[in-house]
Amino acid sequence: MNTSNDARGFRPNRREFVETAVAGAVAGALPSDAQSPAAPASTECTLRVNGETHRLDLDPRVSLLDLLREHLQLTGTKKGCDHGQCGACTVLVNGRRINSCLTFAVMHDGDEITTIEGLARGAELHPLQAAFIEHDGLQCGYCTPGQICSAVALLSELKAGAPSFVTPNIADLKPLELTEDEIRERMSGNICRCGAYVGIVAAIRSVAEGQKA
Amino acid sequence: MTPFTYSCPKTIEEAIVAAESGPDVRFIGGGTNLIDLMKMGVEHPRRIIDLNKLPLKMIEEHNGGLRIGALVSNTDAANHPLVRSRYPVLSQAILAGATQQLRNKATMGGNLLQRTRCYYFYDPSFEECNKRRPGSGCAAIKGYNRIHAILGASDQCIAVQPSDMCVALLALDAVVQVDGPPRSIPMRDFHRLPGSTPQIDTNLQPGQLITAIDLPPIPYGRRSVYIKVRDRNSFAFALVSVATVLDTRPDGVIRKAHIALGGVAMKPWRATKAEQLLAGKKPDENTLRAAAGAELQPAKGYRDNAFKIELAKRCIIRSVQSALRAG
Repeated sequence: MNTSNDARGFRPNRREFVETAVAGAVAGALPSDAQSPAAPASTECTLRVNGETHRLDLDPRVSLLDLLREHLQLTGTKKGCDHGQCGACTVLVNGRRINSCLTFAVMHDGDEITTIEGLARGAELHPLQAAFIEHDGLQCGYCTPGQICSAVALLSELKAGAPSFVTPNIADLKPLELTEDEIRERMSGNICRCGAYVGIVAAIRSVAEGQKA
Repeated sequence: MTPFTYSCPKTIEEAIVAAESGPDVRFIGGGTNLIDLMKMGVEHPRRIIDLNKLPLKMIEEHNGGLRIGALVSNTDAANHPLVRSRYPVLSQAILAGATQQLRNKATMGGNLLQRTRCYYFYDPSFEECNKRRPGSGCAAIKGYNRIHAILGASDQCIAVQPSDMCVALLALDAVVQVDGPPRSIPMRDFHRLPGSTPQIDTNLQPGQLITAIDLPPIPYGRRSVYIKVRDRNSFAFALVSVATVLDTRPDGVIRKAHIALGGVAMKPWRATKAEQLLAGKKPDENTLRAAAGAELQPAKGYRDNAFKIELAKRCIIRSVQSALRAG
């Protein structure tokens, strides 16, 4: 239930989200803030991000996305809609893709997070990164980190035999056949406003087929 | 976002005790709906209780059926070999909803409690919403109401329950297990129609915790299908959906039909009238048309959603025809 009138005055827009994120960052950095009655008690947690351990003391309102971008300066992960609708913020948590905007960082104590910055090995690109370049799977590039993280998880889901809504005869537990429909359905959580979908599907298909061989 | 304190209890008892501290407490599972509503300014919890350390992630055989823990992710439930092979309609319904990213995070218990996607509920800049602010009116009744209810609505609220999963659970006669204190709630009694209290979505009492969803044994569970009609092919809520499970004789006569509709009411809608008219029949087009017509007879359309009445009839017909070919 709403306890005050502030809900009526709340107009979510990009600037307010950025301000919230920055405020969250400051509150997280200054423990004294946590003692003022307006600020919530900060919460300790430990996250591993791209193989590095971070011990943190956070305002519990900080989303995983804002933690990555504003606290850890890992700005490869993008903020698009901030409501789980566009997929630009997709990261891997313990190998699974999620929308980092729709989860609180403190809920990931002990979790292993992989962002776009964690995929390459030194100067050697991840095969999907190379394939996105090869197949023109991007134009402006804003959605690309999310697309690639999503596609990395897609490949492991295929390997594990996970079905999708377009998988025929789901009850039969048969090996999957990788069709373009399967790729499109499985990537529907990542929107590309430039419309680079044809290249994105081709890039994913090339890596998936390369791995099968 | 309103400040809140965060705790992560390790036992069910601790979680239930923590929830007794007042009305501004919310349990969090995946958070994909709750956090969104907090960002929108619809939800303002002062305490968040994270359930993810509770031992409720099991999928196990139970009384000849299956017990699925409340914290099992939608993905893990849909992918589980026993769910896929015995209750494929549940896998299909879950996979019809949201995206892989959201299903990875969303939990079975949380999905039961999804709030409506009525635009006027979801955006607090609209003054009128009896579900969000009881007594303030219903902007949807006189506004744009293309996605809204055609069955079981009231003059207070015409929102719909958006879950795909719940439609399949209703068709499968699932039972929701709750603690604080222990109680079993059949799916058909879990969600509520708006009546004069549209602010209350379910019959779960404050402080009660969903622990599991039980699926009864259904030997003919493979003869089933989930169909979903929506504005785009993926990642969209249903305009109308239907989960159908059929028990048939070798000669094609239906012994028993389980039919549930989504996208038409504030609860998943069990099509009992259609089921009764199909029992004992070998359904031809006319029988199906009559059964679907009887079910939708009390339907009421508003300015923008009257198309759903004919759509729901056709979806019932198509789902029974598809289910007859399945399994």
